[in-house]
Amino acid sequence: MPREVREVVFVDGVRTPFGKAGGMYAETRADDLVIRCIRELVKRNPQLPPERVDEVAIAATTQTGDQGLTIGRTAALLAGLPKTVPGYAIDRMCAGAMTAVTNVAGGIAMGAYDIAVAGGVEHMGRHPMGEGADPNPRILTEKLVDPSALVMGSTAENLHDRLPAITKERTDRFALNSQLKTAKAYADGKLQPDLVPVATRSAELGWGLATVDEAPRETSMEKLATLKTPFRPHGRVTAGNAAGLNDGATAALLADEATARELGLPVAMRMVSFAYAGVEPEIMGYGPIPSTEKALKKAGLTIDDIGLFELNEAFAVQVLALLDHYGIADDDPRVNPWGGAIAIGHPLASSGVRLMTQLARHFAEHPEVRYGINAMCIGIGMGGTVIWENPNWEGFAK
Amino acid sequence: MIENPNEVVTKALVRSVKVPGLDKPVALITLDNGFDHKKPNSFGPAGLTSLDEAITAATAADPAFIAITGKPYIFCVGADITGMPLLSSHEQAAELGELGHRVFARLKNSTIPTFAFVNGAALGGGLEVALHCHYRTVSTGAAALGLPEVAIGLVPGWGGSQLLPNLIGIAGAAQVILQNPLTQKVLRPKQAKELGVADALFQAADFLEDSLAWAAGVVKGDVTVERPEIDREMWDGVLWFAKNQLDEKLHGAVPSANKALELLALAKEASFEDGTAAETEALAGLIMGDEARASLYAFDLVQRRAKRPVGVPDASLARKVTKVGIVGAGLMASQLALLFLRRLQVPVVLTDLDQARVDKGVGYVTEQIDKLVAKRRLDEGTAAKLRGLISGSVDRSVFADADFVIEAVFENLELKKQIWAEFEKIVKPEAILATNTSSLSLTEMAADLEHPERVVGFHFFNPVAVLPLLEIIKGEKTDDATLATAFAVGKELKKSSVLVKDAPAFVVNRVLTRFTSEVFKAIDAGTPLDVVNEAFDPLGLPMRPIALLQLVGPAVAYHVGETLHTAFPDRYVDSPNLKKIVDAGLPLLVDDEINVEVVKLLDAGDAPLTADEVRVKALTALAEEIRIMLDEGVVAQAQDIDLCMILGAGYPFHLGGITPYLDRSGIAEQVTGKRFLPDGAANVRRA
Repeated sequence: MPREVREVVFVDGVRTPFGKAGGMYAETRADDLVIRCIRELVKRNPQLPPERVDEVAIAATTQTGDQGLTIGRTAALLAGLPKTVPGYAIDRMCAGAMTAVTNVAGGIAMGAYDIAVAGGVEHMGRHPMGEGADPNPRILTEKLVDPSALVMGSTAENLHDRLPAITKERTDRFALNSQLKTAKAYADGKLQPDLVPVATRSAELGWGLATVDEAPRETSMEKLATLKTPFRPHGRVTAGNAAGLNDGATAALLADEATARELGLPVAMRMVSFAYAGVEPEIMGYGPIPSTEKALKKAGLTIDDIGLFELNEAFAVQVLALLDHYGIADDDPRVNPWGGAIAIGHPLASSGVRLMTQLARHFAEHPEVRYGINAMCIGIGMGGTVIWENPNWEGFAK
Repeated sequence: MIENPNEVVTKALVRSVKVPGLDKPVALITLDNGFDHKKPNSFGPAGLTSLDEAITAATAADPAFIAITGKPYIFCVGADITGMPLLSSHEQAAELGELGHRVFARLKNSTIPTFAFVNGAALGGGLEVALHCHYRTVSTGAAALGLPEVAIGLVPGWGGSQLLPNLIGIAGAAQVILQNPLTQKVLRPKQAKELGVADALFQAADFLEDSLAWAAGVVKGDVTVERPEIDREMWDGVLWFAKNQLDEKLHGAVPSANKALELLALAKEASFEDGTAAETEALAGLIMGDEARASLYAFDLVQRRAKRPVGVPDASLARKVTKVGIVGAGLMASQLALLFLRRLQVPVVLTDLDQARVDKGVGYVTEQIDKLVAKRRLDEGTAAKLRGLISGSVDRSVFADADFVIEAVFENLELKKQIWAEFEKIVKPEAILATNTSSLSLTEMAADLEHPERVVGFHFFNPVAVLPLLEIIKGEKTDDATLATAFAVGKELKKSSVLVKDAPAFVVNRVLTRFTSEVFKAIDAGTPLDVVNEAFDPLGLPMRPIALLQLVGPAVAYHVGETLHTAFPDRYVDSPNLKKIVDAGLPLLVDDEINVEVVKLLDAGDAPLTADEVRVKALTALAEEIRIMLDEGVVAQAQDIDLCMILGAGYPFHLGGITPYLDRSGIAEQVTGKRFLPDGAANVRRA
């Protein structure tokens, strides 16, 4: 049967405000966070008949308790989508939501789905990293992987060792900029449209409403310099130049472009290519470099074609590694224009869709840009990259 | 200052909340008593004080609006009624009313817009606090909304009687304040929205988020709240109609209903201040009245004692019931089959003498399942499961693996003994043998069995699917495991079970038959039927005697009467007139009037009684009989008699069942020399 590959478009994305583990979502269930996002997507896109959703792919790293039970399916049911809409759960640690998007994109491209919801959730307050993990003893006995590979902060220190040009001063400055850019983006009202307010219960304080991220803070180079380096004495990685432990959820609508146009759904981004790649687990932060190389190659593009970058800031060192690789300046305005995970937070499996939603908003503001990139490092030594095309690119009008 | 040392305080927690689109923060008040939904929020004096402080703090913050909501699943279910029996003077009772009025009025009079976000159950004072707010939203997940005060002998005394009719109109208010409480109904969220009790209805999943966004829209002027104009023309007519209906049913015996009517009439034109002052007076008067105290006692029996029956062996002794056998396939047996099937969802097998009867019984059950599906009271999946679980057989060997066998055959001791003897050879030695007898002796029925310890009585009330009472009868030899299993099954059947000793006619039938016996003594003496019939109107019983007799069926009444006459010939008459009625087979009532043909049948004596005499004699007899039953140990306590009469015979809350009335009218002491309940337990303390 001859088959045409179909265009996959990013319609819309939303997220909850990100909380600090043990903070505003301490008494809020993880599944409720992602359910809020799915409901908001449906509300924001009334043109979409909910029964047309062909798949709900939801990522979570720790798939147990309120993140268990095949969360894509249960969240879809609890969000009030018709029972005919299926769903499933995904895990690729930090790139969970990104993988949810690329998985459903594959399905859309080959014609299996017309419309899909993809997202992620991580309640790190309820599910600390590595909860219930049982690493195979062969990892140690056969020296398959350096034991430090399982501690993300240690892998960031390892990356510093390999790339001595990236100093603590550079990572701290990058982190400070992330905070400043996020503060400015909030002041300019740039981040708020993505956010879904969440009612937060507190038995002690009563109900509240989460409307902004909890993690962003005021800081300075001086303050950052005083922070401890918990992963290594006299190390470089601190709570200030890395993303924290966060709670949050995201969800996005993906569609076959023709279906989106038929239903009158907005087309915010068009997928060009994606790639994942593995690296030595003990320097997992290097992962986005080979994955980006791969994705560019598949797309027939070079880094010079990319006008905007939304990169995950798990660790400043890992972002700088990619920028150095491509000769991009630390403060290049195309990179994370509204700050990143160091300020906003990184609830592991949810972050991928946040990057995409923000890139979509940049696209709308930047018709001069044709291509943009999302990239993130992934635990156990991986990177993931998605390249998108801006449907608003002014070149199309000519 | 009034206080309740046992109050579980519902705290009002104020939190400043930023809402998108508003410059100023919002003051969000959460009502939360610190427990989960099984112990709902309520307002006692300390809770009201906490709310008062919360409103002060909220107002001081100069917020964009003030909103009040509840803890998960529960908004607030009303006044803390546990404190009411402690109120010992009119002044104290009035103080409780005034405290609520004063605190709630602050929400009504606030210059800052006020909202209630009714996220869960909102009853009584809970709904009243919401009614004081300028606007209301309600969640689709709220289990119930209503003003049920009249049912427990009170009136909506914190503004509800004045605010509701002026919000939704007199017809809706009469439904919520009078009709619903007296028919044990509450409003569902959708109805509350349709009636205008709430301005907006939002899905439970993001109720608070949507409510806050909606409220922000209201204060910004983006959302306009439309409310219908109140029709004052129909006011008097609606209340006249409501009063007639009440009088027809209650004959003025329920003071709370009459007070509620007066307050609703006042709400037509009175100022809010005058209206609420009248509410306080009415509430205080009722709280200091015996009807309300009896109602609170009855409410507690139904809410608590019914769920934790007294004298029952430890639940851990209960054996698992994985298959039920039903002996008989007549109407009663088929109804029992349906009940066990729906509630236990285990295989249920019917047996009878021939295949035709068995088929008819099984056919009845599957037909009822289909009807339930058609009425959307059963989903198709469960229906399919139930259809697969019901079967019938003339071959009794299918009972071999049943854990619970219940018989519903003709009321004949020899027949039942024979059936059990035969089934004992088939079933396991520990299988429960339950009898649905309404009058035969369990001990005699079990006497010749190899294992009499597993015989127990299951006395249901008709219609078995509806009436909540189950009298569980302990025979002389019934063992603890059997009883524990019986109570566990009763709970699964969603019945309120009461432990009863094996005694003639058990509880409800024994009391009602003594009553009927007195009624026929009066008739036999020559008292006109209509005089007898209306003699009990001042009590506000659910039915007049003749209507009750019609419902029970004269033949059944006569049969139970015979049993009791045999057991207690000096107290239960064998009335020749009742026999005549049974033999004639005429309907007692024609178009709700006493059938003149029946009157003609009667052999009237020459010593007619007045209505008052009939009533006093009957109540005297009841006091005597209940005292004897308690002395015999038929049930553990007078409370059990009351619970049985409320749940099995529909005796009203304002009588507290029956013993509180016998106590407060002085009849108990005159007849038996003592009260049934301590002074103050179900009445206003005399001393």
